[in-house]
Amino acid sequence: MTSLAWERRRGSAARFWKTYRSHRAGLYGLAGLALIALLAVTAPLTVGADVQSVTNAPGTALEPPSAEFPLGTDQFGRSLLGLLVWGARISLLVGLLAAVLSVAIGTLVGVLAGHYGGWLSTVVMRITDWFLVMPTLVLAIVLATVMSRSMWTVVLAIGVTSWPTTARLVRAQTIAVESRPYIERATALGGGHRHVMARHVLPNVMPLVLAQTTLGISTAILTEATLAFLGLGDPTVVSWGGMLQDAREAGAVSSGHWWYLAPPGIAIALVALAFTLCGRAVESVLNPRLGVGR
Amino acid sequence: MTTASTPAGVARAEEARATDGAPRTGVSSGYLRHAAGKLGGALVSLFAVLVTSFFLFRIIPGDPVKAMTHGIPTSAEQLATLRRQFGLDLPLWQQFADYCAKALGGDLGTSFQFRAPVGELIAAKLPATLLLTGVAVVLYSALGLWLGTRSAWRHGGLGDRVNTGIALTLWSVPSFWLGLLLIIVFSVGMGPVPGLFPTGGMESGTGETGFAHVLDVAHHLVLPVVTLVAVGYAQTLLVMRSSLLDEMGGDYLTTARAKGLRDDEVRRRHAVPNALLPTVTMVFINLGHVAAGSILVETVFSWPGLGGLFYQALSVPDLPLVQGLFVVFAGAMILMNLLADLLYPLLDPRVGR
Repeated sequence: MTSLAWERRRGSAARFWKTYRSHRAGLYGLAGLALIALLAVTAPLTVGADVQSVTNAPGTALEPPSAEFPLGTDQFGRSLLGLLVWGARISLLVGLLAAVLSVAIGTLVGVLAGHYGGWLSTVVMRITDWFLVMPTLVLAIVLATVMSRSMWTVVLAIGVTSWPTTARLVRAQTIAVESRPYIERATALGGGHRHVMARHVLPNVMPLVLAQTTLGISTAILTEATLAFLGLGDPTVVSWGGMLQDAREAGAVSSGHWWYLAPPGIAIALVALAFTLCGRAVESVLNPRLGVGR
Repeated sequence: MTTASTPAGVARAEEARATDGAPRTGVSSGYLRHAAGKLGGALVSLFAVLVTSFFLFRIIPGDPVKAMTHGIPTSAEQLATLRRQFGLDLPLWQQFADYCAKALGGDLGTSFQFRAPVGELIAAKLPATLLLTGVAVVLYSALGLWLGTRSAWRHGGLGDRVNTGIALTLWSVPSFWLGLLLIIVFSVGMGPVPGLFPTGGMESGTGETGFAHVLDVAHHLVLPVVTLVAVGYAQTLLVMRSSLLDEMGGDYLTTARAKGLRDDEVRRRHAVPNALLPTVTMVFINLGHVAAGSILVETVFSWPGLGGLFYQALSVPDLPLVQGLFVVFAGAMILMNLLADLLYPLLDPRVGR
């Protein structure tokens, strides 16, 4: 029984990959992500945690790019290339965690509201609508301001402000799935609420959830950079947004030190773009009607 | 900032469209009921904003009075006096009741930092933000609509791919970073490029009047507006593109072509007006979003608006000011959504009647 289900799932995954492969932009995104993830994961071997140290900085302050420091140094004499590679770790980690948290809340709310319906759905969807009209960034900034400075605060601030879109989509999908005859069959055979939601609804909304997570990560990475730039991130960890804040404080703008400012922003944009391309490709594989460009 | 986010107004309009064919009551009474419902919903949302803003700021660790007197030697009695002055010694429920009563009367409290009423501070900075966001929204809606139409009409072609590619790339760029780069290149000057635009602010303060003053403000406006437009137009483009793609399979376009209209006319007179509907809602919702999104751009360009004020308030943190601005930003979003909801049925007779 289970092996049959797995075989079918493997089949549909293979079909998914076959269609995904025809989206060239999605493939570029995927390749870019694989490369950046590899750099971030191997950072302890290539640049080492020492790169963050202010006291053991190898260079002098604000050196322009040279053979020793390909991207120059910051105001403490740290290598900007090293910081950039090390910063990928926190940006990717926060982006992933925040998107997973946001999509998890959204999926839970959406499935519950869609499955139970009635007054529960009405109340929950009212709250969702309210969150939907809130300016997400302002809410996240306020949350990050009133909590203590740490990575988890940022994850929480992004996660709890960005779930409503997922909740709405998942609820609609849940209602669509539950109107199919096999759900009636499952209920007739004695399947309870939890069985129906976990074994039938959840696998069916998973593809949608995957697309939402991929798209959500790029937004989360941008929001993380924004919060760090405003000085609301963890001050002890190097992140791309934090590097930009340091650059601004060091007067990189008025003295024209473009080599300090440009790389972190390009890195943020590349990662966000890669996740957006992947997310749009996944979305258009699942819903060809969207007409997303190939 | 999410690609997949359907603005609440559009989502609701789609739902309403799905129930098209429901029994119709009188045209105007139906609209009035729709309007009253939306208005009630907006008021509930606004109250929820007040509740949130009040309780969010009570979980802050640290004592605002201590933060305010940081670095200044203060005695215990002075601290107690300050607390009483800001009403921080009263029980929580009483503070909340006071807060609501005052907020309804337009009194948002007194700023810790500027020692001035929050309402006055906000009112003073509002025009600058309205100018910046107004110009930016008009420009990026126009740009997004134009490019989105072109993209959809020749979808799949080279132009479409280049267009969507550039828009998505710019959209992935952090606005504050783009702003900083623009300052380096066009204000500070880099290599052969001289400093063409001012580095920040809204006017040079050299006392120009009349037309010269308008030109001066416009000169300061260029870079912030370019930044906002560059990072923002992708959303309008994508919505217009997919909405026009939806219309393009329509039989009425075949009819229009069959009766001999040129391609250009089919697009301009038949397809685009229909595809515009969801985009109109977007424009309103964007107005609300952009006000909030301008926090970064205003900070980077030292624009004397609400966003810059918000940043100043964050660094203290100046709680009443942050709180007041939060209410104003959220209120603006609710208002814009309400306007979109009220306008939509007037534009699309299939909805809300």
